[in-house]
Amino acid sequence: MSLIQDYIPRNLPDYATQAPKQFQFNPYADNGGSVVALAGDDFSLIAADTRLSTGYSIYSRKQEKLFKLSDTTVLGCSGCWCDILTLTRVISARMQIYQHEHHKTMTTSATAQMLSTMLYYKRFFPYYVSNILAGLDNDGKGCIYRYDPVGHCEKNTYVAGGSAGALLQPLLDNQVGYLNQENVEKIPLTKDKALSVVKDVFISAAERDIYTGDGITIKIITKDGITEEKFDLRRD
Amino acid sequence: MSFFNRADYFDLPYWQNGPAPGSLYHFPDFTTNFNSDAIQRTQSPMVTGTSVVGMQFKDGIIIAADVLASYGSLARFRNCERVIKVNDNIILGAGGDYADYQYLRSLIEQKILDEQCLDDGFKLKPKSLHCWLTRVMYNKRSSFDPLWNNFIIGGIEDDQLYLGTVDKLGTAFTDPVISTGYGAYLATPIIAKAYEANSQMTEKEATDLIYKVMQVLFYRDARSFPKYHLGIITKEKGIEIRGPISIVTDQ
Amino acid sequence: MFRNQYDSDVTVWSPQGRLHQVEYAMEAVKMGSATVGLKNKTHAVIVALKRAASELSSHQKKIFPIDIHVGFAMSGLTADARMLSRYMRTECLNYKYSHDNTLPVSRLITTVGNKMQSCTQRYDRRPYGVGLLVAGYDDQGPHIYQTCPSANYYDCKAMAIGARSQSARTYLEKHLTEFSSCDLDDLIKHGLRALRDTLPNEADLSTKNVSIGVVGKGTEFEILKESAMQVYLSEIEGDDKRGRPAEGEAESDDRPPQDPPSDPGLRDPAVAVATEERPSAMDTE
Repeated sequence: MSLIQDYIPRNLPDYATQAPKQFQFNPYADNGGSVVALAGDDFSLIAADTRLSTGYSIYSRKQEKLFKLSDTTVLGCSGCWCDILTLTRVISARMQIYQHEHHKTMTTSATAQMLSTMLYYKRFFPYYVSNILAGLDNDGKGCIYRYDPVGHCEKNTYVAGGSAGALLQPLLDNQVGYLNQENVEKIPLTKDKALSVVKDVFISAAERDIYTGDGITIKIITKDGITEEKFDLRRD
Repeated sequence: MSFFNRADYFDLPYWQNGPAPGSLYHFPDFTTNFNSDAIQRTQSPMVTGTSVVGMQFKDGIIIAADVLASYGSLARFRNCERVIKVNDNIILGAGGDYADYQYLRSLIEQKILDEQCLDDGFKLKPKSLHCWLTRVMYNKRSSFDPLWNNFIIGGIEDDQLYLGTVDKLGTAFTDPVISTGYGAYLATPIIAKAYEANSQMTEKEATDLIYKVMQVLFYRDARSFPKYHLGIITKEKGIEIRGPISIVTDQ
Repeated sequence: MFRNQYDSDVTVWSPQGRLHQVEYAMEAVKMGSATVGLKNKTHAVIVALKRAASELSSHQKKIFPIDIHVGFAMSGLTADARMLSRYMRTECLNYKYSHDNTLPVSRLITTVGNKMQSCTQRYDRRPYGVGLLVAGYDDQGPHIYQTCPSANYYDCKAMAIGARSQSARTYLEKHLTEFSSCDLDDLIKHGLRALRDTLPNEADLSTKNVSIGVVGKGTEFEILKESAMQVYLSEIEGDDKRGRPAEGEAESDDRPPQDPPSDPGLRDPAVAVATEERPSAMDTE
């Protein structure tokens, strides 16, 4: 370590070679964004903010980050926007191929597994994306899957991800998971409760995280279809 | 060719890279060892154009960019057009490396020509071009050989206005107000404020606003120039590339 | 065991300027069960008659969805149709991936035509033994295209291919003027009546042996469910057998391949029921 720190670049043309040099082009950008998803017994709810930013600039205040993949599956993405665009296009193409080959729409669990495989396929040049997949499982129960950029996948009932993920997850642990509370009645999550928690949680995120703000889109997935709701956040 | 090459094992000099008897020491010649396999990639832009600004108004899209192509801090080429008509329903503005832009423009022109040759009545739509450009930019960045540009695509698709952008990574989005480069800091706040106050500007109001914005950019962006082109697409009049328009400065 | 001196290979010309192997491939289309395609101002419909290989097997699939805006009904070798469907699906997906839009139907057909043509010009290939009726919808409205093993393709107002399809074409020609102005329900019923005319007297249409594909303005390509088909089938039941030719009268084009006729002299490619004028970009601008 000290060797590296002691190294001072010097101008020594005699030692210069024509060998290829490592150059600095960063193929990734952090475009921010947060996603929160909650699952109930007969529904799933997923919400994402609509701010697309880079560093201290805001690209757009109205960027949709929830992608409807089927009537029972919605994907929420945040991170490197160019990777998100590509990943979601490939997913839609793969789902259409699946539909043609198997004569049925991909289930949420099948989609979840495929996403994991697709992410790991790019293990050594990853999609720099934090994915959260929400949907209904084969029994109509709400389910949430969360991923890391290289394809680790775990099933949850409530998840926060993206730039404010670390900020929001403990809040959800407490409010939705009833963690670290004594003598509390664990009431199963209802749609109304989920909706109000999501709004509160995003208002908090917008206060503390500069990459989250402008507004949120909420998608509620039930067996009757997907409904959408919008909600404004602070724009500074 | 055999795997065993006698010369490799027996004809080596006694002291590799050392001075030949009676001559001075010389550094080994790395050129011949490495250069053959190396390929050149863009590490940084060379001749560049600065900001591009674009906005929606009542019945069209307007895109503006000045005519300067800088070589570092040198104002190298002072008459380079950076706003073009792609086809009857798309205009395109480009910033960043001018050579990369010229290369991409030739690809787009060929694409449009191929389509015209089909003569099947279909014309490329702005959304399709935007998506295609995004794929091209993303594929180039993924091969670590980016096209060092920012593009703004404007157009009309099925009577709807379209304004989108894509950068060297393939980051793409649509918005009613878009500026690249220093324009993101200097132009966007002015245009966004005006757009929020009145999203149904007339063409005259829009061109006047863009003039003011280009003036602001010229005052503070050291790589800008007081001459610019406008690309305007409207439902009634189609596409007009206007310019070069000179900025009258106060000083 | 050649039928004549000049049909040993696809690449062999007869002195009359014909490619016999290609013509034999055209016969394969007539072996398959009939399919009918027709359109009005907003929708394109394909109706296909499914056959079961035996009492023990299910009916063979005849309609293939390609993308949300295109699908086809086939007649001839099903395996060849599956290869073509895979190719067409890939073309549509690639276009959608790079252009965020559906591939214009005419362009899809052109690429399929080019693919099929290459098989008629190489000694190490054989022509596709399948005819397609492609139904699609794009910015220029609904389309029915017919493709042949000869790699010809036609933009049709209405068309029928497959066994005994001449009877269906007769029906379509008779009612051609009604199609453009009728609504979707009537269009489907016209398709079913045309298809029914290809049946021998003892057989009839049922939800088991019929398949219907619909695509149009605001409607993604879909194959109708049995319950939906039942509605149409029962609605045409009343006027049964009106237009159907008497037994034996139907032109039997489901014979095994015949000897090519001796040189009939100069002739044009077979005339389709009614083909569209090819639109020029100039007209639509």
